[in-house]
Amino acid sequence: MVEQITAMHMSDGLVNIPTAALSGAVAAIGLALALSRARRDLDDRTAPMAGLVTAFVFAVQMINFPILPGASGHLLGGALVAILVGPWVGSLCIAIVLVVQALLFADGGLTTLGANITNMALISVFVGYGVAMALRGLARRGRAGLVATAFLAALVGTVGASLGFVVEYAIGGAAGAPLGTVFALMVGLHILIGIGEGVITAATVGAVAAIRPDLVYLLRGTAAPLQLRHTATTDGSSS
Amino acid sequence: MTLSPKDRRALGFFAGFLLAALLISGGLSYFASSSPDGLDTVAVNGCVLNADGEPEAGTCIAQNARDSATAGSPLAGYAVGGAEGTTGLAGVLGVVACLVIGGGLFWVLRRPSTSQDRPTRET
Repeated sequence: MVEQITAMHMSDGLVNIPTAALSGAVAAIGLALALSRARRDLDDRTAPMAGLVTAFVFAVQMINFPILPGASGHLLGGALVAILVGPWVGSLCIAIVLVVQALLFADGGLTTLGANITNMALISVFVGYGVAMALRGLARRGRAGLVATAFLAALVGTVGASLGFVVEYAIGGAAGAPLGTVFALMVGLHILIGIGEGVITAATVGAVAAIRPDLVYLLRGTAAPLQLRHTATTDGSSS
Repeated sequence: MTLSPKDRRALGFFAGFLLAALLISGGLSYFASSSPDGLDTVAVNGCVLNADGEPEAGTCIAQNARDSATAGSPLAGYAVGGAEGTTGLAGVLGVVACLVIGGGLFWVLRRPSTSQDRPTRET
């Protein structure tokens, strides 16, 4: 059987069972926290948006793009979801994609689901979110700033996810590849993948912001405070 | 039931977003690179691979990799029933699954709508 799309995530057996269990515990704690925090970011408008973002990430993850001869990469989506729906809801979006992929598509092992969730639904989302928040001033200055912020957040978030794997491999890699080599290869390849991730994230965030800036989590609260300050200064009579 | 222009605009945007996801999974997926991704490339580094791309000899991360327990599922490997050329259909089914599960979970989790009657700050 020729598979059109190769497996994209960690398979069973890449790390030993204790490491898989440890990653599973980290994933479970992270997702429990996300479930409790996501509520306040979800309303009648953002809940459907978050469902669509989940479906969109699944679709784009199928698109492997070439990075080197014989090697490809695909979107992880961490920074994308963090910028569009926030980090807590975003973690849940990516986790749902990973669970659907593991259960229905045999993509990513069941024992390594926790590790995949830790790397892609937690690390890449929160590292991407951290970068986006650090650059929020730039992002809110205009379209170019937002697109640049999305690009950088995605690039750094992708490399962060790859470091998550390196740590898991260091803790309990189930084979004898030297750690230094794994580190260098993972980071090197994921800088290249991160550039692709950055381009896709910037294009998507830019498109959503052009049509519905109110649905971009990172921009939320920008219009209102500015308006308030304006009204406060223009009609000096109000207190 | 009549929709306000605002609701109609939101629905239009959501429909466009879904259409993009369906076109990407159902069509663009046929043009995806079939080379191993970054992680897979690192995982097989150091091993000699057989015709299926599985490690045969040597030392590499993937030498102990096993097939997933769900490898026999109807959509395994992004193909419907293992049939070639069904990547797009498998992708569309995946998009629908993610939309139903994600949309359902987020709809249940959402705060009760108070935006209609919540007073604005401009007094």
